[in-house]
Order: sequence, then structure tokens, then C-alpha cells
Amino acid sequence: MTYQEKKSIVSLISTILIFVVYCLYRYPEYPEEALNSKETLHYWGSFVLVLTLVSIAAHIVISIIFNIVFRMTTREKEPTFADELDKRIDLLAFRNSFAVFVIGFLLAMGSLVIDQPSKVMFIILIGSGFLSDVTGSLSRLYHYRRGV
Amino acid sequence: MGKNLVGNHIRKLRFNHNEMTQQQLADRAGVTRQTIVALEKGNYSPSLELAFRIAHAFNLPLEEVFFYGENKEGEW
Repeated sequence: MTYQEKKSIVSLISTILIFVVYCLYRYPEYPEEALNSKETLHYWGSFVLVLTLVSIAAHIVISIIFNIVFRMTTREKEPTFADELDKRIDLLAFRNSFAVFVIGFLLAMGSLVIDQPSKVMFIILIGSGFLSDVTGSLSRLYHYRRGV
Repeated sequence: MGKNLVGNHIRKLRFNHNEMTQQQLADRAGVTRQTIVALEKGNYSPSLELAFRIAHAFNLPLEEVFFYGENKEGEW
């Protein structure tokens, strides 16, 4: 298995772990009694912002650890540049990832149209963000293994 | 993912060039080893520029490294 395939798997696992652990950590803090209040909106805003920051930081740390472990176990250096195959796979992964997020975004807006509480809209929006990230990692893994 | 119509003799040529490794060819062509792996498996059709760079790495004309359509084993 090459560096890129291993990296896609590590990225997929870390995305799922970060999201699940963060949700389990933040879920008990949800203000159940205050429906559609300022407090609820504050909760969702901070949920998304902190998740974004935590996710970026964790990905950087995991990527550094992965590179160190990769060098130690394989005695190879990781590629320092992206060639034409990497760029093409990145584009395909981004396209799939974007499509999933757009579908999630439209579903989230649809939930408001059918008078669902804002909680549903935020859950669909955050869920689609997570699924789009997973789709991106899976697309990368698929194309590195099966070609383009 | 269907097989690409552009085939190549890279694996055979590497062997004939002092058993050149995938990494050595990748370094000469300016790509990652992953790309050489994908090319050898027939999972990727390279750009014209990369095809020329690989042919140049073997000091061979393009048509002796790459072919279009069915592989004619008798030619190699």
C-alpha cells in the first residue's frame, strides 16, 4: 500500500473519530429547554466553529504523527509535492464531497420549509459537512486504489 | 473503473534498465511512486507531457513505451 492510500485511510478514520468524540463531548451541553432561543443559536454557532478549529488542529497533528510513523516503519520519505495524478484525484474527491454537502444543505433548507425546528436544520447541516468530509476521503482512497 | 486504452511497457522497461525501481523512475519523471504504480497497473492514462518525460527517462521514443489499444506482445 502506498503513502497516499495509507494517508486516505488515516484521514478517514481520524475524521470519523474526531466527529464522534466531539459530538459525544458537546451533546450533553445542548440547552434542551430553550427552543429556538438566542441560547440555542449560540450553542450551534459555537458547535460549528469549535468543531472546525478542533478538526483542523487534529488533522494537522495526526498528519505529522502519520508522517513520522510512515518514515519510521517504511524508511521512505513521504512525497513533498502533488503530481498530476494527485491533483486529478483531489479534484474528483472535491467534486464528490461538494455534491454531498450541497444535497445536505438543500435538505437542511427543506427542513425549515416544512416547519421543522432549527435543531433539525443544524443537525442536517453539520451531518452533511461530516458526510462530505468522509466522501472526500473515500473518493481519494477509491481512486488511488482503482485508478481514474 | 474501466481499464484505460493507453497501455505501456513500463514494468518491462524498468526491468531491462538495470532493474530500475519504481521510485527511481518516479524521481526521473518528476512524479510520485503512486503514479508509476497506477500507470503499471493500467489504472491511469498519463498526460502527454508525463508520457514524454517517462519515455525520456528510458531514452526511448514515446511509441516504444506507450501504445494505444490492445497490447501487441510480439512487438516487445
